Amino acid sequence: MEGFMYPNEVELQWSVLIVLYPFLTGLVAGAFILASLERVFRVEEVKPTYRLALLTALAFLIVAPMPLQLHLGHPERSLEMYLTPHRASAMAMFGFVYMWYLMAVLLLEIWLDYRRDIVLMAQASTGAKRLLYKLLSLGSDNISEGALRVDDRAGWIITLIGIPSAFMLHGYVGFIFGSVKANPWWSTPLMPVVFLFSAMVSGIALVLLMYMVTSLLRRAPIDMRCLDTIAKYLFYTFVIDFTMEMLDLIHRIYEADESFRSLDFMVHTRLFLSQIVLQIFVGTLAPLALLALTQLMKFPEIVRKRMYAVAATLTIIGIFAMRWNVVIGGQLFSKSFLGYTTYKLEFITREGLLPAIVLMILPFFILYVLIKVLPPWHGENTGATPAETD
Amino acid sequence: MSGRFKDSAHLIRVAAVFLLGAVVFVALRAAVIPKSFGQFGPYRGKALLEMQARPVKFAGHDVCEGCHPDVAETKAKGVHAHVNCETCHGAQAKHADDPATVKPVLPEVAKLCVRCHSENIAKPNGFPQVNAAEHSGGQDCKTCHQPHSPGFGSGGKK
Amino acid sequence: MNLTRRQVLLLLPAAAAAWEFVKAGTPDQAPNYNMDEHWWGMLLDITKCIGCGSCVRACATENDVPDGYFRTWVEQYHREDWHIEAPVVSSPDGGKNGFPPGKVAGGKNFFVPKMCNHCVDSPCTQVCPVGATYHTADGVVLVDYEYCLGCRYCIQACPYGCRFFHPTKHTADKCTLCYHRISKGLTTACCENCPTGARQLADLKNPKDPIHEFLKTHTVQVLKPHLATGSKMFYNGLDGSVR
Repeated sequence: MEGFMYPNEVELQWSVLIVLYPFLTGLVAGAFILASLERVFRVEEVKPTYRLALLTALAFLIVAPMPLQLHLGHPERSLEMYLTPHRASAMAMFGFVYMWYLMAVLLLEIWLDYRRDIVLMAQASTGAKRLLYKLLSLGSDNISEGALRVDDRAGWIITLIGIPSAFMLHGYVGFIFGSVKANPWWSTPLMPVVFLFSAMVSGIALVLLMYMVTSLLRRAPIDMRCLDTIAKYLFYTFVIDFTMEMLDLIHRIYEADESFRSLDFMVHTRLFLSQIVLQIFVGTLAPLALLALTQLMKFPEIVRKRMYAVAATLTIIGIFAMRWNVVIGGQLFSKSFLGYTTYKLEFITREGLLPAIVLMILPFFILYVLIKVLPPWHGENTGATPAETD
Repeated sequence: MSGRFKDSAHLIRVAAVFLLGAVVFVALRAAVIPKSFGQFGPYRGKALLEMQARPVKFAGHDVCEGCHPDVAETKAKGVHAHVNCETCHGAQAKHADDPATVKPVLPEVAKLCVRCHSENIAKPNGFPQVNAAEHSGGQDCKTCHQPHSPGFGSGGKK
Repeated sequence: MNLTRRQVLLLLPAAAAAWEFVKAGTPDQAPNYNMDEHWWGMLLDITKCIGCGSCVRACATENDVPDGYFRTWVEQYHREDWHIEAPVVSSPDGGKNGFPPGKVAGGKNFFVPKMCNHCVDSPCTQVCPVGATYHTADGVVLVDYEYCLGCRYCIQACPYGCRFFHPTKHTADKCTLCYHRISKGLTTACCENCPTGARQLADLKNPKDPIHEFLKTHTVQVLKPHLATGSKMFYNGLDGSVR
């Protein structure tokens, strides 16, 4: 501890698990918005990643509440948030936004898009697998032209509703921080906006990487038109995100209110590595430069692929660093603006680095299972013709 | 028309699943929400009553003075008139409940007096403060001062 | 009113049911205590605080506050001349065992006792997702230890740093204004044990409470007024350097 802190402030309340949570939900929102680009805005170049993006979103959404459960003092009481939600609390209302998004948007959209394949897979398999697919089809086996048209229309409506829902999903997380007037590092109306755009950036980058990795593993050719389009959207979204963050920074520096000196000192000392180095240089300026280059100049395919992969990886690291800087950074300085503390990240404790790493890897295992049960690509036991699932 | 309905029938199954979920949710609420929730406001009413019912540990100077009027009188005449008994003697509700069996233990006088009276730049002007070592040369405060009426203007000297 | 026997026979069970309903709604409180008759606050007089830490120790004893955590604490301030934005502040173990003799002479030096401000528009109750922290009708902010999830959002939302995470209860915790004492007509443990009267419980709804006269004749402040929390802890003689 350095300087003066209120005695109860020295210990941090929200750990790396609370850093992980907005990171995971951000990936969900971002992946979904990329998927909806095709569905609603008819950007058909990104169609090859549509199903993969949805399954990625689902895998991460399933894991997202887990860091919260590990963090709670009494996880067995967490149902109270649904039973007696305090309507003024952003955290309570978020529980419903999450539930709405999971049930009414993501699951429904995946079901509607996959329904034909599910029915066909039910018919083509036996035993436990057949039972699974029968359950997933909710007992209906109507895949006539008319029914599929209904599905398509319904899916379009769901996606349309889904876009603002995805915005709400992560905007709300930003609001959970942005509405805390006690904490000047968090309290800004820009917080939901910055969270949302950085979520979109991280989600798009993740789908880009997932597409490249899964294509590599499947030994399938990468649709460069698709990849170039994703990278283009990544670039544009990143420019907006960077602009918002710079606006917040410039505003703080210019107004220099009572918290400024303390926050400035914190950024230059305790947050130097995570904010200046990781978030700004490695995680934002470097990928932006790489992406800008690909937009301004023509590079051969193999070079572009490498640039995209590096840019996307650095982006994801940068967005994680951003969550770290918001959550941990917001607790390193005293609300008296007279002192600082340190975050002791342990390894094998309930809220330590090991559980954080496990939770970051877990979605990929879940995604693997999802891909096996609901293959995004034709030619893998779907029983459907290539032309119909492309 | 019936064709159109047939083609949307699977959506009805979905709606049924959601409806089932809603019913389960409502039933769960009725069963699990604590009965006193909402009694006084958006919180568990019993919690407020439980808070009121906690036992006290400090009896309060009125209770002390009830049984020890002589001390109360001495104190009232001196500069410690507004220093309550338990500030020095510690929490004594247990003693007040059972005076015969539970006896108070007086903390170390030296440490006690020094906590209030050792000189510190932040103490208000006019508040009696001393450098303990220089002031008494290592002697116990009680050597010269009677704790219940420690001042010297009104005969507190031993 | 002339009631036929038939009407009485119908009314009686209805009345009995209604009475049961009324009784269920009436709090089974501490005897003779009616929440609606009180509105609690406190007066903290900086000109009288000697930094002895008796309040911190008394609170810890009365409320079983674990070591290293504080429902109330005392800070020592040093303001050098006109440097009102850069005071030097310390609070060794919350001031529990008093303060060492002050080394920094010159400037203005004083003690500031701190505690939960029992805000009227408390940000902590606003953010609690489940209603585990709440306002009572008599103006006290409390925590329900059987209901709290331990999410710690309230601890983040409090601008005064008065909340902490209880290490064994695994819930949020903070000053309760000794609700179990004040509802029995006693004063809080900290006020009872303050030797100089720097802390005094105030019932703002009681017209005879001395605080009303005090507020008329003294200059008082609250902490962080720009956050409009509706704090009910009134400080007499609070220097502008206090954070």
